[in-house]
Amino acid sequence: MIGLEIVDPVAATGLFGYAWLMIALPALGALLILGFGRFLGKAGPALAVATITGSFALAVALFVQQLAAPADARAVSVPLYTWFSTGAWQLDVGLLVDQLSILFCLLITGVGGLIHVYSLGYMAHDERKGRFFGYLNLFVAAMLVLVLADNYLVLFVGWEGVGLASYLLIGFWQHKPSAAAAAKKAFVMNRVGDLGMVLAISAMLAQFGSSAFSEVNHGAANLVGPWPTAIGLLLLLGACGKSAQVPLQAWLLDAMEGPTPVSALIHAATMVTAGVYLVVRSHAIFELSTVAATTVVLVGTVTLLAGAWIGCAKDDIKKVLAGSTMSQIGYMMLAAGIGPAGYAFAIFHLLTHGAFKANMFLGAGSVMHGMDDDVEMRHYGGLWKYLPVTFWTFACGYLAIIGFPLTSGYFSKDHIIEAAFGQSMLIGSLALLGAGVTAFYMTRLMLMTFGGAKRWADGVHPHESPAVMTVPLVVLAVLSIGAGAVMNWWIQEWLEPATGAHAHEVDLLPTPIGWATMAVVALGVLVGWLVFGRREVPATAPQGNLVARAGRNELYGNSVNDVLVVQPVLAMSRAAVTTDAKGIDGFVGTFTDAIGGLSVAGRRAQNGYVRSYALTMVLGVLAVGAVLILGLVG
Amino acid sequence: MIEQYLYLAAILFTIGAIGVMVRRNALVAFMSVELMLNAANLALVAFAWHHGSFDGQVATFFVMVVAAAEVVVGLAIIVSIYKTRRSTSVDNANLLNQ
Repeated sequence: MIGLEIVDPVAATGLFGYAWLMIALPALGALLILGFGRFLGKAGPALAVATITGSFALAVALFVQQLAAPADARAVSVPLYTWFSTGAWQLDVGLLVDQLSILFCLLITGVGGLIHVYSLGYMAHDERKGRFFGYLNLFVAAMLVLVLADNYLVLFVGWEGVGLASYLLIGFWQHKPSAAAAAKKAFVMNRVGDLGMVLAISAMLAQFGSSAFSEVNHGAANLVGPWPTAIGLLLLLGACGKSAQVPLQAWLLDAMEGPTPVSALIHAATMVTAGVYLVVRSHAIFELSTVAATTVVLVGTVTLLAGAWIGCAKDDIKKVLAGSTMSQIGYMMLAAGIGPAGYAFAIFHLLTHGAFKANMFLGAGSVMHGMDDDVEMRHYGGLWKYLPVTFWTFACGYLAIIGFPLTSGYFSKDHIIEAAFGQSMLIGSLALLGAGVTAFYMTRLMLMTFGGAKRWADGVHPHESPAVMTVPLVVLAVLSIGAGAVMNWWIQEWLEPATGAHAHEVDLLPTPIGWATMAVVALGVLVGWLVFGRREVPATAPQGNLVARAGRNELYGNSVNDVLVVQPVLAMSRAAVTTDAKGIDGFVGTFTDAIGGLSVAGRRAQNGYVRSYALTMVLGVLAVGAVLILGLVG
Repeated sequence: MIEQYLYLAAILFTIGAIGVMVRRNALVAFMSVELMLNAANLALVAFAWHHGSFDGQVATFFVMVVAAAEVVVGLAIIVSIYKTRRSTSVDNANLLNQ
């Protein structure tokens, strides 16, 4: 247990007072486009791009001001209004613009803006284009609420908002049953995680009387008994749902049913990393509980290997990238679980990953654009000649993700592997193995898509995408290569006040672990080339061995969910229906049937014959007489 | 002495009751009802005589007055039924069953 210094934010002055505009602009854009899209017509997409550009400009301006400010005045709190106040409870809505959240703002508005521009080209022929941009703006607004909130309750508002936007965008092509089902699946699995979030926030409110980050950070040290572990594990459950970590990972691969820019923005660069943000933001809690922190490490390690495994076996280019996203977020989780040594590296990898994964997803979208929306890599081959810009930008992303020296992924991933070795030999070795597998499956993807001979059908004419799509690719490619070197010597010190982490010595020359990583990566690339580069890739998938089949079936995650959750719930609902129909309705039915039967019998006595009524009366009189006489006698 | 009167009253009442139950003709049933009323009157008078009080005899007068009024109403109904249906069978007058 390490006591961390807590830096309190200073009050907002000047431009910081307008930080809410960052959220308000895209929110307004979403409102206008979704509410009045009919009147906007073609101006809708342009409005969406304009609002997000405004947000990005404001984020940059705030970032510059923070850079200029002294280190202890960089975290700024912007109180907005009181949400509700009842009895002893008062919940305020406020923003916290600190070293951590501003980086996220830059990532979300920057990468988000590029993806908006790219979507102008990608969605050009979709008749519901306006609505698509409305949803994108809604997502950006919600994501900014998530990262700018100064307390967990407001964070949760953004958390649910991005969940909603994710649902709407995965199911954007709702006429496809598979897309509608994938959207529902993502929504339901996220609810499981949200249960953890709600319980964690409730526990915080009960323990601290407030859900503000500052109160929680200050009060965490006074937590006793099982509370730190409980809150930590519940937060982790929420993070697992949002970030597609084992055991709540199954929705992410299905989420690829959405349009490709959505996969790039939401299901790779920003939303799915919210879990990592949550863990880093809650570092005060995780510092107190070894159990919770170790669980984070385990979840991260398992997911990074599972994602890589799936990435090796899939033939759908987007699903390979989705598996890879799971895997890279696993690295971030692993780093976040390690503690103060890892927080800055988790965020570092998150930022570089946001750039290179968005780059590759958009590249995949560009390939699909040229290949009539075919996602099957076995139908590609030799595309480097036909899609030169896509190929070269994709190659930059490829070098970054495998950790080619001096690219962005090299710096960020190398730090995480070193930190993992600092935690334990086993975790470190597994992280190292993951790096090798990453190199293997990314090499496979590159060779199957861009290398080799052409395997596509005769009617397909691959062509390069328009400039509106390739320019964002080029920008992201530059970031994929260069962002790591820019941030490597800076990000730890920058984040130190927000995460309480102490900066490590960072040297340009690799350590022995760094050399080992490079060797493993080189081995992965070599194996990938030996298997997929030297000989022709078959156009239909071979049957494959047990390992490949398991990967192709997403490690049977859906079957596990089916057996553990779906079937029991179905059995329970069937039992409930049976109990309702047979037990409760049966019991109540007995009485109504009895009354009905009596009425039928009574109705029969009303036959309309006077003489039978007379007989009944006489019999009644006789009975009364008999009772009276017997009473007198007895 | 009282027993004989009561036996007679019981026999008349029983004849009346059986008549109401077994005869279909409304007029005969009506007469049977009158028979029952008068059997009751006979019992009332007999008891009044036996106890040496006038209470029972007073009650008899009330019964006779009510019976007279009832005959008026009842015969009117029977005549009306006969006019519409050409029959005085009580078994045919079962419309209320429907």
